[in-house]
Amino acid sequence: MPSELTAHAALDLLVAGDLTSVDLTRSILARIDASEAQINAYISLDPERALSVAADVDRRRQSGEVLGPLAGIPLAIKDVLCVRGGRTTCGSAILSDYVAPYDATAVARVLQADAVLLGKTNMDEFAMGSSTENSHFGPTRNPVDPTRVPGGSSGGSAAAVAAGEATLALGSDTGGSVRQPASYCGVVGLKPTYGRVSRYGLIAYASSLDQVGPLTRDVEDAALLLGVVAGHDARDATSVDCPVPDYRAKLNDGVEGLKVGLAREFFAEGLDPEIRSAIEAAAEQMRLAGAELVDVSLPVAGHPEYCVACYYVIAMAEASANLSRYDGVKFGHRTADADGLQQMYHRSRSEGFGAEVKRRIMLGTYVLSAGYYDAYYRKAQQARTLIRQDFDRAFTQCDLLLSPVSPTTAFRLGEQVDDPLTMYLNDIYTVSVNLAGIPGISVPVTTAADGLPIGAQLLARPFEEEVLLRGARVLEQSS
Amino acid sequence: MSVTVEDVRRVAALARLDLSPDEEIQLTDELSRILQYMEKLNELDTDGVSPSAHPIPVAGRFRADESEIFSGLDELLAQAPDRRDGYFRVPRVID
Repeated sequence: MPSELTAHAALDLLVAGDLTSVDLTRSILARIDASEAQINAYISLDPERALSVAADVDRRRQSGEVLGPLAGIPLAIKDVLCVRGGRTTCGSAILSDYVAPYDATAVARVLQADAVLLGKTNMDEFAMGSSTENSHFGPTRNPVDPTRVPGGSSGGSAAAVAAGEATLALGSDTGGSVRQPASYCGVVGLKPTYGRVSRYGLIAYASSLDQVGPLTRDVEDAALLLGVVAGHDARDATSVDCPVPDYRAKLNDGVEGLKVGLAREFFAEGLDPEIRSAIEAAAEQMRLAGAELVDVSLPVAGHPEYCVACYYVIAMAEASANLSRYDGVKFGHRTADADGLQQMYHRSRSEGFGAEVKRRIMLGTYVLSAGYYDAYYRKAQQARTLIRQDFDRAFTQCDLLLSPVSPTTAFRLGEQVDDPLTMYLNDIYTVSVNLAGIPGISVPVTTAADGLPIGAQLLARPFEEEVLLRGARVLEQSS
Repeated sequence: MSVTVEDVRRVAALARLDLSPDEEIQLTDELSRILQYMEKLNELDTDGVSPSAHPIPVAGRFRADESEIFSGLDELLAQAPDRRDGYFRVPRVID
């Protein structure tokens, strides 16, 4: 089935003339037709546009034109990224009718690479959640087991790739939102170094943590898609101007001579025993492939409570500021019934935001308010420095760090929605990575006895995605 | 930190949110529990530690101060819930 192909395998067939983009796209659309009633990976779909772009790419390929690196490959976009002329909702009622007037840079780059856009994928509202249950457009279900969540907040993108409803997908990762759903759905998810990919047109949640990243069927596809979206952008002052290598060139160089660090703090109690043994087995595979395993310590960055507390203070503070723009004036929902401007602000926001978004705005406003700023926000920013220093120190002793992605496999729908703190604890292995800005990847390594996927997380120094991908390739090959 | 319902109302006013009585009660409890969790950070000795606002050092970049024409102006204004001519229209601000 063409819908099961990786992007690089499909590209080989397309180039050889053994497959057309129209047939590939039709195969994907057929899977969408068959699965969407159950999975709900997409918020919006545009099959006509997809088929017309696919036909155009086929025509241009036949006429011998030089095409982009994703030519003819069907791709899904998390609904947090703006696509000009299409609805961009961020999973929220407040943006349910919003039509973006411009393309996000990451979107412009995949279009420039001749990818075929399928539609926009479901997500937790404003990327706030770890299960894709907090969406105005209903929950997404895990294709591996539809009684389970796909993870979040990029749950729609992860589910689409896992279910054959897209060949490639883009997501966003603020505290694990690409890596955790990738792990829950059994696909690859990469969070690049902060600044590697432009955030222009990425609807802001927590601007010092947000990063766009690929969700793919294998590591080579992650390398391919990262290479397309990475690079400096004058429209994002935090995007970094350092060269973008060909991430596929050294993909198969292996890990011989590399040092892989295991932080003892990552294996403390609370970790599911099956996940523990999966990560230990992954470490052994790295050793057999020629890596040297070293013990390292991350007293703060490996401490789940410090990381989760630090992350949520900072993320919620930034969210409360970022989401102040939804005021019913320039775009988005406006209440039908208001007496005066102030009431219009209050009612538009209260009608438009869901419960988790309100909770985070409230907490963020609280920790930034007079009298509490130093106790919570400044303290968290200082803890963030300690977390960064922990990683800096660890990376003087090793080239990669290996850890779990999440303390459990995919949980059941409804299992954690009643307790926000329990939900936040899904992120204990992922949030520190965003706080430090370093790159991380989630790779499926095995399945649990109940059939659910288990992922392993690799971390690297800033801008060393090449090393990260080499390590991930070894894990993938030995799984 | 124990949060009171008055705290919740004060913060809701700052955040421009109207809360129902049920939401006020629920948020009072949730904010108390979540903030108590955040206070675990007080176990860390941060004396003399400088705060990080950003993950990696970013230097300001300069460009030529030249204006560009934004091509999506009509599409942008079309998103306004209420507009007149080239302006956003809002309810009465002062009596």
